[in-house]
Amino acid sequence: MKDTNRKWAFLFIVTNLVLFLLFFAWPAILGVYYSLTEYNGNEATFIGLENYISLFQDSSFYKALSRTFIYTAVGVPLVYITSLFVSVMLTTKHTKGKNVAKIIFFFPWLVSPIVVGVLWRWMFGESFGFINYVIQLIGGDPVPWSSNGNFAFLVVLFATAWGGTAFNMLIFIGALISIPKSLYEAADVDGGSGWQKFWHITLPSLRSTSFLVILLAVFNLMKEFPMVQALTNGGPGTDTTFIVQYIYQTGFDQMRIGYASAASMVLFVILLVFALLQFRFAKGGRVNE
Amino acid sequence: MNSKLTDRFATVMLTTALYIVAFMYLFPILWLLLSSLKPGSELFSYPLTIFPENPTVEGFEYSWATMEFIKYFVNTLIVAVGTTVLTIIASATCGFALAKYSYKWLNVFLICMLATTMLPTEVIMTPTFQVILDLGLYDSLAGLIIPSINTATGIFMFRQYFMTVPNDLLESARIDGASEGKIFFQLMLPIAKPVVITLAIFSFQWRWNDYIWPLIVLSDPNKYTVQIALRSIIGADNIDWVLLLSSSIISLVPMIIIFIVFQRYIMDTSATSGLKG
Repeated sequence: MKDTNRKWAFLFIVTNLVLFLLFFAWPAILGVYYSLTEYNGNEATFIGLENYISLFQDSSFYKALSRTFIYTAVGVPLVYITSLFVSVMLTTKHTKGKNVAKIIFFFPWLVSPIVVGVLWRWMFGESFGFINYVIQLIGGDPVPWSSNGNFAFLVVLFATAWGGTAFNMLIFIGALISIPKSLYEAADVDGGSGWQKFWHITLPSLRSTSFLVILLAVFNLMKEFPMVQALTNGGPGTDTTFIVQYIYQTGFDQMRIGYASAASMVLFVILLVFALLQFRFAKGGRVNE
Repeated sequence: MNSKLTDRFATVMLTTALYIVAFMYLFPILWLLLSSLKPGSELFSYPLTIFPENPTVEGFEYSWATMEFIKYFVNTLIVAVGTTVLTIIASATCGFALAKYSYKWLNVFLICMLATTMLPTEVIMTPTFQVILDLGLYDSLAGLIIPSINTATGIFMFRQYFMTVPNDLLESARIDGASEGKIFFQLMLPIAKPVVITLAIFSFQWRWNDYIWPLIVLSDPNKYTVQIALRSIIGADNIDWVLLLSSSIISLVPMIIIFIVFQRYIMDTSATSGLKG
């Protein structure tokens, strides 16, 4: 009896197991190996840790990595706050016409990262963009949205928040409607203000959801590539070139496969550290409660 | 009375704020749509007007004639539907096994699946490309479908759902002499219908909007998916905005149709709670 169950269990997971081995384990091992070689697609020569050594001396790698960190450090709180704000507004009893608003906020989920890039590039065009036109109408000077690195970075952040709200909103709304009403009623009796209720009831109740949203957002932003490629193509110069684009360019455009693989491994270790830290925090939180 | 007044005041204020923010979210897409209805000459003439002075669908006719959208749609549809069907079967069986059997090796496999969320394709693009070459999947739609069947999110959605199904239900079916396969397909899969629908919508959206896999796998323009076709317009030295704006709108239509049809499933937040897996 038990033996046949074992056979069935194996049968049930075998597709995923094979795919895991083919498209995860194999490339991962291959990546480790390539990162120790000089490889341009023809022949791989073993060079030990040389790729890693030159990587850590490569200013363009540092720039891509630090730009990715800044992007994540600013972008994740931005995505978190906008998603939470929108979700609270869509669940409070003090707003009307929620259904229409919800559809509007959800719409960007349907839009592909490439089109998100196109949308914001079009809005923030330097000479014919809508935003610069409005700025000029009210008497300002046109802003160099695409030729100045900091402004380009800002547009990338806007686009990130716009595109990232919808999915997190679904997660937040799900959590918000499951907070017991009695908590708020008790606070009403005590005469708590809306802000106090948010700070002392809503936010603590969203603790585990917040961890989830932040973890997902960190991962999504660390590996951002398609949207930025359509929006700025990493420019001006390499000011908005993030790490995945850097890997793509070294691996595919320059055919430095060994070098790109070494960068991949570094990114993997960073993501792993993030994940472990998050799990630690999440667990610690649960113990404290 | 006083509190009622502040209540009404709060409602007016918050509703206004909500709609101001909503308008900010709506505007970029609205602006794209309005721009795509302008003739090329109007697109770059100051002063800009919000609404097209001479609305026209010229841009769309031009796009449709220049780009082979039917081909791209068919390619993308094959990939999106193919992957979605296969990923549901694989994820449901796998999630069921992980929820309802307890073997040590299953736990090891569960951790392996968790690891895939940390090392996505984006991170290991170059070695993945080599694997695609070695397997003979390069420049084929199968090369887009097969690797995408494995999704940790899908597996965890099903695992989470099947864990809430009481074991007694399984035991009584076993006592009746049903095989595990029969139990799964006749009993378990039908009750997991909400998860099936949610994952189907998500999987379709992931594949329709996917950029990385087709970028790595495809080279023949005849096999282009919609996103890669759009990318070929953006990649040009001088972007043809008339073409790009209307093509972007066209690329959105299928997802909008999906949304209209399945809206209640997408917006039903209880179904997405499994994503917390």
